[in-house]
Amino acid sequence: MSAPTTVVSLKIDGKDVSGRADETILDVASENKIHIPTLCFLEGLSGWGACRLCLVEIKGSHKLLSACVTKVAEGMEVTTDSPRLLKYRRMVVQLLFAERNHVCSVCVSNGHCELQNLAQVLGITHIDIPYRYPTLPFDASHDLFRLDHNRCVLCTRCVRVCDEIEGAHTLDVMGRGIDCRVIIDLNEPWGSSQTCTTCGKCVRVCPTGALTRKGTGVAEMEKDDQFLPYLTRMRGSQS
Amino acid sequence: MPSADKRWRIVDATMRRHGYVGNSLIETMHTVQESFGYLDEPALRFVSSSLNLPLSKVYGVATFYHHFMLKPQGEHTCVVCLGTACYIKGAAQLLGSLEKRFGIKAGQTTGDGKLSVMTARCLGSCGLAPAAVLDGTVMGKVGSADLLDRVSKQVGHDR
Amino acid sequence: MTAEELETIAQEEREACGRKKHHLHVCMAAGCLSSCSDRVKDALEAQVKAAGLEEHCQVKPVGCMGLCAAGPLVSVADQNVMYKEVTPDDAADIVGALKTQQPVQRLHCRMDVPFFARQKKIVLENCGVIDPERIEEYIAAGGYTALHQALTSMNTAEVIAEVSRSGLRGRGGAGYPTGLKWSMVAKAGGATKYVICNADEGDPGAFMDRSVLESDPHRVLEGMAIAAYAVGASRGYIYVRAEYPLAVKRLKIAIRQAEKQGLLGHNIFGTPLSFEIDIRLGAGAYVCGEETALIASIEGERGQPRPRPPFPAESGLWGAPTLINNVETFANIPPIIRQGGQWYAAIGTEKSKGTKTFALAGKVNNTGLIEVPMGITLREIIYDMGGGIPDGKKFKAVQTGGPSGGCIPEQFLDMPVDYDSLVKVGSIMGSGGMIIMDETSSMVDVARYFMEFCMTESCGKCVPCRVGTVQMHDLLTKIIDRKATVRDLALLEELCDMVRNTSLCGLGQNAPNAVLSTLRYFRNEYDELLVEDDAEPALADAGAKENAS
Repeated sequence: MSAPTTVVSLKIDGKDVSGRADETILDVASENKIHIPTLCFLEGLSGWGACRLCLVEIKGSHKLLSACVTKVAEGMEVTTDSPRLLKYRRMVVQLLFAERNHVCSVCVSNGHCELQNLAQVLGITHIDIPYRYPTLPFDASHDLFRLDHNRCVLCTRCVRVCDEIEGAHTLDVMGRGIDCRVIIDLNEPWGSSQTCTTCGKCVRVCPTGALTRKGTGVAEMEKDDQFLPYLTRMRGSQS
Repeated sequence: MPSADKRWRIVDATMRRHGYVGNSLIETMHTVQESFGYLDEPALRFVSSSLNLPLSKVYGVATFYHHFMLKPQGEHTCVVCLGTACYIKGAAQLLGSLEKRFGIKAGQTTGDGKLSVMTARCLGSCGLAPAAVLDGTVMGKVGSADLLDRVSKQVGHDR
Repeated sequence: MTAEELETIAQEEREACGRKKHHLHVCMAAGCLSSCSDRVKDALEAQVKAAGLEEHCQVKPVGCMGLCAAGPLVSVADQNVMYKEVTPDDAADIVGALKTQQPVQRLHCRMDVPFFARQKKIVLENCGVIDPERIEEYIAAGGYTALHQALTSMNTAEVIAEVSRSGLRGRGGAGYPTGLKWSMVAKAGGATKYVICNADEGDPGAFMDRSVLESDPHRVLEGMAIAAYAVGASRGYIYVRAEYPLAVKRLKIAIRQAEKQGLLGHNIFGTPLSFEIDIRLGAGAYVCGEETALIASIEGERGQPRPRPPFPAESGLWGAPTLINNVETFANIPPIIRQGGQWYAAIGTEKSKGTKTFALAGKVNNTGLIEVPMGITLREIIYDMGGGIPDGKKFKAVQTGGPSGGCIPEQFLDMPVDYDSLVKVGSIMGSGGMIIMDETSSMVDVARYFMEFCMTESCGKCVPCRVGTVQMHDLLTKIIDRKATVRDLALLEELCDMVRNTSLCGLGQNAPNAVLSTLRYFRNEYDELLVEDDAEPALADAGAKENAS
């Protein structure tokens, strides 16, 4: 942190802002109270750039770039909000709703779900995209936690927190394309895992009701991922 | 090593050649599949512990690449190419007739373990479309009747 | 190895070759091998022996001669005669005809036809001519002199300048200027850099790279070594499909031979350049043709792309600056260094220089591998060289660029083939697959075929590609099943726009191309399949309101 970093000036939504050259567009935007919707991003974890909700327009580039992984640069002109971006963000959320079985009314995370929240913020009142209704398993073999693939959006926050913060790498993703699924070890029941430390970080960072604590009823599962920036900071200062 | 089977030494040799580094995972899996025909659980555990890689990561990589098989294949395999050139020239019908005749879908093995029917993205034999590979032998410009005949013969020989 | 030693090898090889009067070349590339050309070669050898011609006649295994559909191919190099569909039983007649100089009529394959005459061979110059498993033959054909020239009489900037001057653009698909890419990697800081050859030829309907690797592997190694010198790399990888066992085998042989001759390894040609090449096998994932996914795969990870920037030129394999070019791009390098960028730039069109190899397949009479100057028209390729459409059928469309490309209708047949023209009509150059479709092909079906491909090959990382391709595929199926309405088609078009603009990598961004191009030129085929809108609000709506609120 002691090494001098270049400070760059840029424009976000017409506002003159500045940031360090090693910061992302999302970092600088949030420092300046400019809200960009995100899902796979979580402060304290590495960038993944997969949900495509934080896509922004950059003047001079015909490609949309994800704010969570794109570094700021001198003279950059960023637009975080446009009819086009809003349309695409709504479609991303709709695609996620249609991908698996997100039935909010019976979900333990109802009212505390980031996907649900995104739908509200983006003004989605109905889903135009056909539901796929896949048949997916549910793992309740662990003493404390449940993994419900029906609610998973494959943001991989759990995979990253388990690998980067806990250091266990019990979780990963198997398969590819629409068949991707979060797995425990060699695709084994969670309860019999030899590598899981039962730390519960994965449950706390899950944006939906895919990873939850046992014993919670409908709408009772509240998440708390505030520990993460603290942990990352503390570990960073020790090393 | 998981057992006294000598093939494990071949697998170990591949890992040793790469200095047991984690990034030799895919190369090692190729060797396992060449030696055993597929990657079973003991193999994945062995590779995971030898290369110091998390189990979930090994499983994630093994299931990402369609070349790797986690289940044993049939004694005989027939691969139907579904590349564009073959598709335009009726590869879907070829596959359909195989599936119908042997009562299995692409990617499956017959109940008696005799035959696996697979598909390939493109064999690169587009000049010979439609093409299929029966136990390693490429058959070019093949018709449904001809293919069924040759596959039946090959499978039947062992009976 | 010195220049003199290189010349000695070439001399000896040429003399050995000159001592023989007759040269029978048998194609031993994958296409002809699958019609048993190995047995043809054995039969020819036996017949030569029986005729007592061993002293005068050489039977040589060579690479691809191009006309794969008529294999096995045999050529009599000294008499400029080619035979097609040769069986082992024909060997006696072929050997017998050597003396009379009268070609065996029933096997004769004319070489003065446009399929051969219109070609301009640079990348394929040695294919079907030299034995791919002998480095001596490559050297005798002028091989490794470009590497010597680059290393001993040019500085790195001059090499890059020569490549820039040639106007060569990436032959893997996107057409990025090669010289520019090289200079970016050369400029990047860091002691360790890598050169990667992308031989993960995944486009269905494309087999150009495989033919080059099977027929002239040393050319690719030489191109990579020149690149390594230019950008300052000391280690290279060839990422090749596991589905190409013969190419892998010949590459391994070539690398071993080059190492033995000191053309790879430490202090090549006595200069400070050290360069080693390793092979990495793909494992059946189309997405690994994408640069960042390919790098992830070499690193032993799931082949998932990551957002760019940073580009591999700055941060690639293990975070080091990395140059990635495909097989054909590297194969163009030795002739460009040997004969100069100016020479190369004189071929082709203003913005697309040089030649391009194409794999001609589908509903066309002459299927096979061709190399033509950029700017040739589609009509010349399909009708003159390809010999038109078989069975008296009518041409409908030509598909270029694989799953990322599009279908081009008849009205553009006189368009020149170059990067920009193809983009203008909604397709791309791609790696060089060219599939011809006749009136019997349904374009909606073709669009679904490519969407199915993209859906199955999607890595699953980003939402638009993972879920969008499945939704588009299902909508196309609904259309084909005659269950879709105007609203479904409108949703399909919306999804096309969204997936194209929001996907993380080229696979997703280009996945809608097949739909978009067929909609553009064959919209009537979609319309004909639609049914009346029953005006009933979709069931999904009610459930969604409940879900999202």
